[in-house]
Amino acid sequence: MTMQAVSRVSRRRLLGGGVAAVVAAPLLGCASGRDGPSIGRVVVVGGGYGGATAARYLRLWGGAIDVTLVERDPSFVSCPMSNLILAGLAQIGDITRPYSGLEAIGVRRVQGDAVAIDAQRKEVRLSDGRSLPYDRAIVSPGVDIDAVEGLGSAAAQQQVPHAWKAGPQTLALRAQLEAMPDGGVYAITIPPAPYRCPPGPYERACLVAHYFKQAKPKSKVLVLDANPEIQSKKVLFERAFTELYRGIIEYRPNNELRQVDAATRTAKMDFDDIKVEVLNVLPPQRAAAIARQAGLVNINNRWVGVDWQTMESTAVPGIHVLGDATFSAPLMPKSGHIANQHAKVAAAAIIQRLKGEPVEAAPMMVNCCYSFVSASEAIHVASVHRYDAGEKTMKLVNGAGGLSSSANAAEARIAQAWTQNIWADTLAI
Amino acid sequence: MNRRAIGIALALAVSASCAHAKDLSARNLAATCSNCHGTDGRALGDTLKPLAGMPADRIVTAMAAFKSGAQPATVMHQIAKGFSDEQIGALAAYFAAQPAAK
Repeated sequence: MTMQAVSRVSRRRLLGGGVAAVVAAPLLGCASGRDGPSIGRVVVVGGGYGGATAARYLRLWGGAIDVTLVERDPSFVSCPMSNLILAGLAQIGDITRPYSGLEAIGVRRVQGDAVAIDAQRKEVRLSDGRSLPYDRAIVSPGVDIDAVEGLGSAAAQQQVPHAWKAGPQTLALRAQLEAMPDGGVYAITIPPAPYRCPPGPYERACLVAHYFKQAKPKSKVLVLDANPEIQSKKVLFERAFTELYRGIIEYRPNNELRQVDAATRTAKMDFDDIKVEVLNVLPPQRAAAIARQAGLVNINNRWVGVDWQTMESTAVPGIHVLGDATFSAPLMPKSGHIANQHAKVAAAAIIQRLKGEPVEAAPMMVNCCYSFVSASEAIHVASVHRYDAGEKTMKLVNGAGGLSSSANAAEARIAQAWTQNIWADTLAI
Repeated sequence: MNRRAIGIALALAVSASCAHAKDLSARNLAATCSNCHGTDGRALGDTLKPLAGMPADRIVTAMAAFKSGAQPATVMHQIAKGFSDEQIGALAAYFAAQPAAK
């Protein structure tokens, strides 16, 4: 089904008329007619890798369960693979997928902006005044970025994009790279960890360098990292920087951005001002605003603590939190892959709680992240995590996980297959 | 109902709920594979091996070979080491019982 066809169908549904909508609404989530009485209502806030997977698995495993997914965007746009767009190796349509698969399995999708959660009344409130009652809520809101001095205005943010949420900013950054004259410098600033997608900035540096090598061979990539070293796949990115992109990529650790002059695209560091042709600032990050509003943020004033056995917030009972907004377990990255795994643990636990059954004693999670270092070669980092009841956290399984031995073409193909499979698993495509 | 019948009924209920919990654990474990290998093992394409309907002994043998290094791999040698033999047995039985993709 094409995207246009999907939107025609949903428009027809919306136009179904007031009475029909009122009658249909209680039936919608239910499938209860078929599967027996509903075991409960779950409202999921956020339709990214975490929230969409949770909605999908609640329906897959829960039988008669009412699931509502609140998402402000009309379709899913993947952050993983979005760096390929910057190199001209993919289009935005390649990383965009519809939510129609979730609707087809009985998820009620609400396009709107969740602005508040009333945990006493058990309601999620939307900016348009609607409120959605729940028995259990899932919040998978992603990250918000900190304000950066000099990037307050919309114009400044357009001039110096982050492109750390895939979509219009990705396209804006691509347009700047295309417009840049040969011989220019692209600089990317990396915030102190933890931030979304630890290997992402280094992959981006490689892919922009790949583009320059093909199209603008006199141009340079400057990586200004607030951290003391490369944060993921270190030896592999070091090799890419020094072998594939010798003379193109310059990596500077311990370089924290203090301020930006957007008009001149100048990054102001502790000891120097760096003026470049394309400036890409990744600001420090924290759990998105709805998490703070709901009283979920309880670690370092930035992140949400969770009970790793169920993903339930340690601050507010009845609300489970997934993905990048969580305070990560030791050596667990903020990745789309792991958000999908969080979602499955949460879905299983919620269904078992609603049924009054015991929850899984020792949940497991696997992470596997691919990064492209060029159009034809990729690398991975993998890890396996197991719940430790004594320490009440997810711990790495000793001896498991690791990196690619070297960048290789097989993993570039596998990365593409990974994408298709995780999107299908997440979105019920 | 006499005391013996109640005892048997209780024992059956307990063992049924244990079996239920084991089934759910196998399902949950299998879901750690599905990001790459497809929901319930029904992968799209064949770059990443579809596991649905694969005989359990083939999965067990393959995982053992990944673990030992006998079977070269890009990533599976690292992931296989994260699961115990008992867990692999449960995963294998779960996937073997799933209908393959049409």
